[in-house]
Amino acid sequence: MQAYFTLVRRELGTFFVSMTGYAIIASVLLLLGFSFYDMIYKLNGGASDAPLTEMFFSTFYFWLILLLTAPVITMRSFAFEKMSGTYETLMTTPVGDWQVVLAKFTGTLLFYILTWLPLLACIAVVRYFAREPTIFDLSTTGGAFLGIVLIGSLYMSLGCFASALTRSQIIAAMNSFVLGLGLFLLSLRQLMPAPPSDWVAQAFAYISLSAHMEDFARGFIDTRHVVFYLSLTAFFLFLTLKVVESRRWK
Amino acid sequence: MSDDPIIEVRNLTKRYAGNTAVDDLTFSVGRGEIVGFLGPNGAGKSTTMRILGCYMPATSGTARVAGFDVFTEADEVRQRIGYMPESNPLHLDMRVREYLKFRARLKGLGFRRSRLRVNLVMQQTGLTDVSRKIIGHLSKGYRQRVGLADALVHEPELIILDEPTIGLDPHQVRSVRQLIKDLARHRTVLLSTHILSEVEMTCNRVLILNQGRILADDKTAHLQNIMSNGSQVVAEIAAPAAELRACWEQTGEIEYFNIAPAEGEYYRCSLTPRAGLDLRPLVFEQVRLRGWTLRELSRTQHSLEDIFVHVTRPDREEEGS
Repeated sequence: MQAYFTLVRRELGTFFVSMTGYAIIASVLLLLGFSFYDMIYKLNGGASDAPLTEMFFSTFYFWLILLLTAPVITMRSFAFEKMSGTYETLMTTPVGDWQVVLAKFTGTLLFYILTWLPLLACIAVVRYFAREPTIFDLSTTGGAFLGIVLIGSLYMSLGCFASALTRSQIIAAMNSFVLGLGLFLLSLRQLMPAPPSDWVAQAFAYISLSAHMEDFARGFIDTRHVVFYLSLTAFFLFLTLKVVESRRWK
Repeated sequence: MSDDPIIEVRNLTKRYAGNTAVDDLTFSVGRGEIVGFLGPNGAGKSTTMRILGCYMPATSGTARVAGFDVFTEADEVRQRIGYMPESNPLHLDMRVREYLKFRARLKGLGFRRSRLRVNLVMQQTGLTDVSRKIIGHLSKGYRQRVGLADALVHEPELIILDEPTIGLDPHQVRSVRQLIKDLARHRTVLLSTHILSEVEMTCNRVLILNQGRILADDKTAHLQNIMSNGSQVVAEIAAPAAELRACWEQTGEIEYFNIAPAEGEYYRCSLTPRAGLDLRPLVFEQVRLRGWTLRELSRTQHSLEDIFVHVTRPDREEEGS
């Protein structure tokens, strides 16, 4: 357990001792700012029934931030250590492979959550000026954040998996971007040919990330969605663990 | 327990796709020894060390460290070894103390103990003055010390150092070697190198590897002894050539000799003895008996370099050690 916490701390620390972390936070802030502006503009256009969080998730900014930052946050985790050789010193300490995988994942996930905190400030600002308490109630905001964390954990585990596969950070980022984008595109049914049968349509509905996010943003916490994200995260972490262990198979 | 060997390697083989890095290696290392792995690049030194450090498994054969199998009881083994890989990778963005503390915690040391140990190893390795510097800003010699300090921080029974002095300037090499010697007083050290003088200076036992096999395994001093005992004696003697020839032919201890005229009436005799003999007293005795004049009597001192070249020569390969 001690090794796990030490590693998580180190993993989080890497973002702040170099420019990487600040650069990511700054770019997320910029995109959040754009989306905030967009939201304010829409609100000025007229009253809306939808909760604020849903308005936010209906813009493409959310997906842009998610798809762009996830690879950048995770690309370092394994690839950089392999490249610099510190992977060897790490793997010759009495630390279990699963501890390493979990610690890398937790570190990236914590940093990801951190980059999203400014969103709270945006919501608080709107609430302050709108003088309308319903616009910022706990269930929708909580639901939205739970959604952000769950979808984030899926994308972080995906990114860790991509990073564990290679020594190059660029390749890791490309792989996780393509995997992540592919997963997201499945939820854009407009892009797909019409589903040939009912069950296919149902399957697509089940894996539709944007549909899940809509529910979360409205404050619905559907256990199906929670299970979906947790199981996929566990699946990718399992794959990452296997990749880490694979050096012993050769 | 303390008489048990700390490293026991039996029939260790490691094959990569297409080539064999380590080929049926068997050796053991007792506690308190400083053992040098000597061999040209690609001899299988690093691979053996990586297997002992539980970084990767062997294709076949077993390796035990302090009685624990490196594959099935890897965590026990890892707790007992301090391993410094080739090229000494470090987190360059961390400060020295921070890094060592991180490593100590990772290796399971408690909060207070890790602080104590970090302070102690920094003192031992002479890092106290730079404890707050960022590792990336340190010179290579200091980085090597950080790597050594990391290998030592959890008080391992065995220290494995892969090419600890590579890329250092002569001054730094000397200080790192001295450091290793000091550290080795209470521990077992296994180090690899392709620099022969390093083994001569720091190790008390040497394992010479080539193409994944052990060619020689002996005490450093003993190896040198064997080589010098078996080595040629050169004597410059003023005597008639025929008499010299007759004399050496009669002496049973001489296996082979060569007489070449030197300046004046001197002849230069190169005498090769049968195995393990020192010919010098014999030559002197003959000279005294026959009343010749002896101008020079010397034995070619073989360094490990000669041993190394001798045992890694392609034609010796089939004979093994």
